[in-house]
Amino acid sequence: MSTSSLGSGPGSGSGPGRGARAGRRAGRRAGVGVTRPGLAWAVPATVFFLLFAILPLVLVAVLSFTSWDGVGAPTFNGLDNWTRLLHDPVMTQSVWLTLVLTAAGVLVQTPVSVLLGVWAAGHQRNRAVLSAVFFTPLLLSATAISVVWRAVLDPNFGVPSQLPWLFGDGNLMGSQSGAIAVLTFVGMWQWTPMHALLYQGGARAIPRVLYQAAAIDGAGKVRQFLHITLPQLRNTMITSVILMLVGGLTTFDTVLILTQGGPGTDTTNSAFYMYQQAFKSFDFGSGSAIALVLVVVATLISLAVVRLSGYDKMRGTTEGL
Amino acid sequence: MRRRPNHLAGLGSLVWLAVVGFPLYVLLISTFRTRASYSSEGPLSFPEHLTLQNYADDFSNGFGQDFLNTVIVTASVVAIVLLVVPPLAYAIVRARGRTIATVFRIFLLGLAIPAQAVIVPMFYVISKAGLYDHLIGVILPTAAFCLPVCTLVLTGAMRDITNELYEAMAMDGATPWRVFWQLVVPLSRGGLSSVVVFSALQAWNGFLFPLILTQSESSKVITLGLYNFQTEHGVDVPGLLSAVVLSMLPIFIVYLFARRALVQGLMGVGGK
Repeated sequence: MSTSSLGSGPGSGSGPGRGARAGRRAGRRAGVGVTRPGLAWAVPATVFFLLFAILPLVLVAVLSFTSWDGVGAPTFNGLDNWTRLLHDPVMTQSVWLTLVLTAAGVLVQTPVSVLLGVWAAGHQRNRAVLSAVFFTPLLLSATAISVVWRAVLDPNFGVPSQLPWLFGDGNLMGSQSGAIAVLTFVGMWQWTPMHALLYQGGARAIPRVLYQAAAIDGAGKVRQFLHITLPQLRNTMITSVILMLVGGLTTFDTVLILTQGGPGTDTTNSAFYMYQQAFKSFDFGSGSAIALVLVVVATLISLAVVRLSGYDKMRGTTEGL
Repeated sequence: MRRRPNHLAGLGSLVWLAVVGFPLYVLLISTFRTRASYSSEGPLSFPEHLTLQNYADDFSNGFGQDFLNTVIVTASVVAIVLLVVPPLAYAIVRARGRTIATVFRIFLLGLAIPAQAVIVPMFYVISKAGLYDHLIGVILPTAAFCLPVCTLVLTGAMRDITNELYEAMAMDGATPWRVFWQLVVPLSRGGLSSVVVFSALQAWNGFLFPLILTQSESSKVITLGLYNFQTEHGVDVPGLLSAVVLSMLPIFIVYLFARRALVQGLMGVGGK
C-alpha cells in the first residue's frame, strides 16, 4: 500500500498534504533502504530451529534405515524395519486406531466448539464468569488432565463406583470401544476450549450488517446461524479442523496415562506404538520408521494449512510488495 | 441492534459448564480428604473432615524440587524465545528477497512437525551432545518447538505497524537497530505478550521431552512427577490430585489476574 494508499489517507488531498507526500517519496528513494534489516536478524532463530527441529527431522529418516538399541552406534540395515512393520499386525492396527481416534475427535469436537465459540462471541449476561470457567482446561497440562480423568473414572474408587445406575460395572476402559470413547471424551474436554476460542474470534469478526439484513428479512436465530454464521466461519473451520487432525494423529500423553495402549493393544495408536518400540523395546530403528510415517502425514497436513488458510500470502498486506 | 439472549445456547453453555466443572469439583474436593475417606466415602460426597495433609505430603515427596526445575525450564524457554523470535519476525516482515521468504516457509512448515515424530532423533542428538538428563537438554528442544507459533503470532503483530512509521524513522536516518528498539518492539507489545504466554504454558505443561530426555530425580519436572507418582503410588489418589492442583496453581493465579491477556494470547496462538 505504498503511495496510492498514502494518497487516499486522511488529509492528504490538499496542498500541504501533497507536499508531504512528495517529500516522503523522495525519502523513500533516498533512505528507506537503510531501515530494512538484513538477513542477519533471522540467523540466530533459524540456526537454532534447524538444529533442534529440522535436523532431527532429517535424522529420523536416516535412523529408520538403521538398527539402533539406543546405546551403541546405529548400524545400517536397509529396508528391514520397513518390511517388518509392513507385516506387523500391531502396526496395521495402530494406523487404523489413529485414524479412528482422529476422526472421532474431529466429529465430536467441531460441533461443540462451534456452538460454544459462537455463544461466547455474543453478549450474554454472566458470560465473562462462565467463560472463565469454560476455558480452565486450556491451562492444564495433558498430563494433569489425564491423571485427573483416570482418577475420576477409576472403576473401584472413582465416580463410576458411586453411580452404578449410569456406569454399570464401571470398567469403562476395559473394552476397546469403551477405551476409545473415554479417549475421545477426554480429548474433547481438553481441546474444545481452544477451538471454541478460535470460533469466538471468527464469530466476532462477522459483520453485524449481515445479521441486521437477515433480521429485516425475517430470518430467525437458527436460520441466521445456518445461513450466515456457519458459512462465515468457513476459514476458521478449516484452520480448526486441520489443527484437530494434526493433534489427533499425534495423541500420546492421554493414551500413555489413561489406557497404556490397552486393554491389550486395543488403544495402541501410532504415536504410542512408536514410543513403545523405541523407548520400551529399545528398537529405535522401527520407532523411527513409525515416526517418519507420522512426519509425512503431518507435513502433508501442514502444507494444506498453509495453502488453504493463505498464511503464506500474508506477506505484503501492509506493504503491497 | 440489540441482541436478545439466546436461551438454547445458554442451556448448552450450562451443560458444558457441568462437563468442565464436574471433574474440577472432584479434583478439588479430593485433595482435602484423607486417603481413608477417599476410599470409604467415595469421590463425590463432601468429606466430613478436611485436611491439608496431602499438600504437605507432596512437598515431602519432592514436589519442591520438581517445582523449581519447572520454573527454571519455563523461565529459560521464555528467555530464549524472546531473544531470537523478535529479530526473526522483524526480518520476515521488513527484509526483502527470496531467502527470507524461504526462512518464513520453513517456520510455517515447522508448525505441524509433531514433537512425537522427532523424539527418537532428539534423544540421539541430546545424548550425543552430552545433555541427556540435564535441564538444558529439555530447555533447548522445548524452546525450538515454540518457535513456529511464536514467529507466526509476532509477524502478525508486526505487520500491523504501518509503513508511514517506518518511513518517518527512515527520514530521521535511523538504523535498523534503532527502528527495531524504538518502533517495532514497543508497537508489537501485544504480540510479545502472546508469545510469552504461549511459550510459558508450553514449557510449564511440557511432558514428552522431559519424559524422554531426563531420568533422575534431580532433573524431574512437575508433569513427570505427576506421571511417576501415578505409576508408583497409584492408590494415593488424594496425594496425586493435590499435586495436580499445585502444578496448576501458578498458571491459575496468572489467569485470575490477567485473564484477558492470557486468553488473548491463547487466541493469538490459534487465531492469527
